Amino acid sequence: MNNALEVRWHGRGGQGAKTAALLLAELAYEAGRKAQGFPEYGPERMGAPITAYTRVSDAAIRTHSNVYEPDLVAVLDETLLGTVDVTRGLKDGGRVVVNTPSTSAQAALLLGLPESRVVAVDASGIAKGELGKPIPNVPLLAAVVRASGLLPRDEFLAALREAAAHKFASKPGVVDANVRAAERAYEEAVHGE
Amino acid sequence: MSGRTALLSGNEATAIAMRQARPDVFAAFPITPSTEIPQYFSKFVADGETPAVFVPVESEHSSMSACIGAAASGARSFTATSANGLALMWEELYIAASLRLPVVMACVNRALSGPININNDHSDSMGARDSGWIQLYSENAQEAYDQFFIALKTAESVGLPAMTCQDGFITSHAVEPVELLEDGKAAGYCGTWKPGRTLLSGPVSMGPYDGAEFYMEHKRQQSDAVSQAFEAHARAVREYGALSGRLLDPVEEYRLDDAEYAFVLIGSSAGTGKDAVDRLRERGHRVGLLKIRLFRPFPAEAIARALSGRRAVAVMDKCDGFSGSGGPLAAEVAGALYGTPAAERPELRPFVYGLGGRDVWVEEFFGIYESLRNPWAADAGRVEYRGVREEAPV
Repeated sequence: MNNALEVRWHGRGGQGAKTAALLLAELAYEAGRKAQGFPEYGPERMGAPITAYTRVSDAAIRTHSNVYEPDLVAVLDETLLGTVDVTRGLKDGGRVVVNTPSTSAQAALLLGLPESRVVAVDASGIAKGELGKPIPNVPLLAAVVRASGLLPRDEFLAALREAAAHKFASKPGVVDANVRAAERAYEEAVHGE
Repeated sequence: MSGRTALLSGNEATAIAMRQARPDVFAAFPITPSTEIPQYFSKFVADGETPAVFVPVESEHSSMSACIGAAASGARSFTATSANGLALMWEELYIAASLRLPVVMACVNRALSGPININNDHSDSMGARDSGWIQLYSENAQEAYDQFFIALKTAESVGLPAMTCQDGFITSHAVEPVELLEDGKAAGYCGTWKPGRTLLSGPVSMGPYDGAEFYMEHKRQQSDAVSQAFEAHARAVREYGALSGRLLDPVEEYRLDDAEYAFVLIGSSAGTGKDAVDRLRERGHRVGLLKIRLFRPFPAEAIARALSGRRAVAVMDKCDGFSGSGGPLAAEVAGALYGTPAAERPELRPFVYGLGGRDVWVEEFFGIYESLRNPWAADAGRVEYRGVREEAPV
């Protein structure tokens, strides 16, 4: 695949991993790339570990399998770090974006990765502050977009506003809150040195 | 030429095709992973985007019954289902086909219990392969969208029901770019169904007892209609190609020209297989792929043409036929090749893969290719399971 980006999302049921995976695909697609976003389905229930994927490429995407060698891994819930092997198959130089109030150094220690390959962002804290509930997917998405270099900041925020406006047509307040949360997360994400 | 392009799931794309094809009746009962289709469609109805009547029912036996009743009255009738829902329709499937009613169904493939499983394989629709329905299988959301129109056109031309099949979750719930037709163009392609006699057109009996005096003649007529479906399908494909720029022939040959080895399969894994073929080709291997879209009626001649002269072919079934020698696709491809001269006939190896949602990735094809190139061990069975653990997990 040309200029490809493959992302694996780890979350728990209810945290919006599927929505984030599909939203990232949509943002890439609206920016002129080819994209695919999909969840790995099972008997989902609130709180259970779930996985979702996003593929982005300049060429048409034909493969219909899970992502086994991701460029980026996004972890929506840091309690998964002890139970799910989130770095499995991570490409050499690939990075992990973690929702955590801790520092990137502490997250790197838990992940067994050099700090330079870890991005820490308090996505739940930001979501709680801006949305009033700790749903971390949109802020974490912002950190993923920044880590991937997929879109420049302003272009990303504008595209997110448009996508959110479509999704929450009946709740304009939610759109603003999500964009604010994304903006904060984009700025506050700590990229390890 | 074309309408807008959007990032859509296979289910949403299918629901849009169903709206654009302007049915009179949509009857359905929800079942994972096809539930979203009636969900989207009922929203179209509620929003006034289609004049169709949405009939919520209490079971799939009833949804197919409602479609049969509606179609017998001359109404263009659609439904959607999966797995156990399709199984519950069983007797009605045969009735729709033998009453020659062009009901069109979107089947979202899911493993048929048991053990109960909601993920993809082809055990549901493959069981219905001999029910008299036309069957079209799709690789991705675009094909699921496109083939719904082709299924409708073929069905109404020959008076047979048709089902389009796509892989549950793998394409039904993945979002991908899909190019849509403009509503007007889609409507023009679908035209208006002009049924012969219907329950509303005057005194007519439908579905009465048919004794030994006439039963076989009626079955022969049904069989002739199935044979005519080849030509009707080819015409529907040509017209759709002219409209959309996308040609959806009964089979798709991928890098087969000088191939010594070939993968033969249907559905979403064909796309993964094409990427595997490209990578094997980069390493100098002469390998290609044959994807089958039209499974009923079965394009045996095209398949024999595409495969004869190869050294060996891997026929991959996403369900087991429990015949002891692989699944239905392997059996049908073997039948298609039987008529080719012995010197031209490739060795055929049946594989079973991807059951109950077991993921199939590019590497899986490398393994199948390796197996295909080597002689089978004397103690090997007559079918090879791929992607299965041979030992209990620790």
